[in-house]
Amino acid sequence: MANDLQAEQQLFVDTPARRAVRRFSRHRLAMLGLGVLLIMVLLAVFAPAVAPHSPTKQELSLYRKPPTQTHWLGTDSLGRDVFSRLIHAGRVSLSVGLVAVGIYETIAILLGAIAGYYGSKLDWIIMRAVDVVMTIPTMIVIIFLVSILGPSMYNSMLAIGIMGWPEPTRLVRGQILSLREMDYVTAARSLGLPTHRIILRHVLPGVVAPLVVHATFGVAGAILLEAGLSFLGLGVPPPTASWGNMMSSAQTLNILERVPWLWVPPGIAIMLSVLSINFIGDGLRDALDPRGMETG
Amino acid sequence: MTKYIIQRVIVSIPIFFGITMIVFALYALAPGDPLAMLLGERAMLEMTAEELEAARESLGLNDPWWGRYISWLSRAIRGDLGYPLTGGYTVMELLQQRIGPTLLLMATAFAVSLLAGVPMGIVMALKQYSWIDYLVTVLAFAQLSIPSFFLALGAMYVFSLKLDIFPTSGLQTIGEPFSLWDRIHHLIMPSFILAAYFAGVWARYTRSSMLETMHLEFVTTARAKGLRERVVVVRHALRNALLPMITVASLSLGQLLGGSIIIETIFQWPGLGMLGWQATLNREYPILMGIILIASTMVLASNLLADILYAVADPRIRYD
Repeated sequence: MANDLQAEQQLFVDTPARRAVRRFSRHRLAMLGLGVLLIMVLLAVFAPAVAPHSPTKQELSLYRKPPTQTHWLGTDSLGRDVFSRLIHAGRVSLSVGLVAVGIYETIAILLGAIAGYYGSKLDWIIMRAVDVVMTIPTMIVIIFLVSILGPSMYNSMLAIGIMGWPEPTRLVRGQILSLREMDYVTAARSLGLPTHRIILRHVLPGVVAPLVVHATFGVAGAILLEAGLSFLGLGVPPPTASWGNMMSSAQTLNILERVPWLWVPPGIAIMLSVLSINFIGDGLRDALDPRGMETG
Repeated sequence: MTKYIIQRVIVSIPIFFGITMIVFALYALAPGDPLAMLLGERAMLEMTAEELEAARESLGLNDPWWGRYISWLSRAIRGDLGYPLTGGYTVMELLQQRIGPTLLLMATAFAVSLLAGVPMGIVMALKQYSWIDYLVTVLAFAQLSIPSFFLALGAMYVFSLKLDIFPTSGLQTIGEPFSLWDRIHHLIMPSFILAAYFAGVWARYTRSSMLETMHLEFVTTARAKGLRERVVVVRHALRNALLPMITVASLSLGQLLGGSIIIETIFQWPGLGMLGWQATLNREYPILMGIILIASTMVLASNLLADILYAVADPRIRYD
């Protein structure tokens, strides 16, 4: 009996993590976004099993057929099944978003930590580099890089990844600078904790929360960027399907007017995934906000 | 104040040199003969091998990289950005022709986005957690999440092809003399679509900034003085909440320029964005480099202007 009670009490210990989960689950739009995104991710991961047809098999007799029972979203100009291409494209678009953000957040943690800890000269150089790259219009340089490297999925990841680091670097540095001065860090230092322990256990966790929020919005932004690149014909090249390149044929007025099933579904797919991720980011920001940790 | 301005200008100088270094590094990355980018391919065909070598020497292309950087920079500052590979106009002349339409598009989109976004944010902040707040939040997130080219295609489908209200492309009706109404008629769709994303940004920004300001003590004081709520909101809270917008708006200039690449390409709007896209397709790197250099310098100048404006609007900044 006493053991049960103890177990129960332990079960209800209110850790910051639990509070965050609770606050997140109360954010209706974030939960909706999580649900939609989960479905899209599952569809993308199991695309080969789920897709009713091959995404690349051409069937010239099926030239631009409107949606039917066998081809739910119709067929494109090469007689390929639009629905199958749509869910295969999800793999490309979502992974470009994730990898590109992974690249620039890694750069940001390294540079931000160096600037924040070591200060002085290195800090000045890194922060001026941040200023410079922030001043240069990202999209034009990404287009330039992709056109030199050649359009491909990996080069899109790389180009977006190379240009995205200034903002999170500033974030990491600022966070480290302010955390360094916190009373609890001073307390940890005066207790004689080794530096690496202070950094790992007390400073870095404070950096992780805002960085996760930034990265979430970042993935949404990277998906939009990749879609724009592919739409312009500079991102993922055909025959591989990406949501952006599926829409590029709609630049001709004929397809725009008469074959809407070619460009409407991928447009909605991009919007739904980006919207879901943005909602999740908003929920995470509310849930991980340290000022709100005590309540709720 | 003069001291503050001088200080901000000095801070911008290393950034300007950083930008030029990156553009120069991109030159080095670009494939092709650097001499062709300076003289134009057509001019090179008419030259003998000795003349070419002499040109290489006099343009400093045989120097070490820092020598090449300095001679390139001194030419660029004087406005000599070389020739596109196809010859004809110089890069600088091309940029001068195309910058007008882009500035018109960007300025209109910027004004539209502020006029739409800021009121959205105010409404959300004043009615926090109501159904209006909820609705406008979803609207703002939709604006942030819809790809501009999808919105453009949709708008073209509805307003040009089905309803026939707006033209699908161009600066003006072909074959007709310039008229202001015609220009506005062509400007509405591209500028509103370019503005959509930024309206979402301003709305979100204004909301959180307003909510923060409404809890500050001077707002409570204004209420305690017995001022009407409208005066409290507009004269006291809003004015202070919008101050940081000067900086945020200036930082968005580069994004606005990036966004105009896709919009100009879709609507065949003959500005810098469309020029940049065509240059990419034709591998005209000198043009792209020129666009990057001009655009970055514009963003740098606007950031400097924003810093100064901010100090004018908020005297506290000058004493930091």
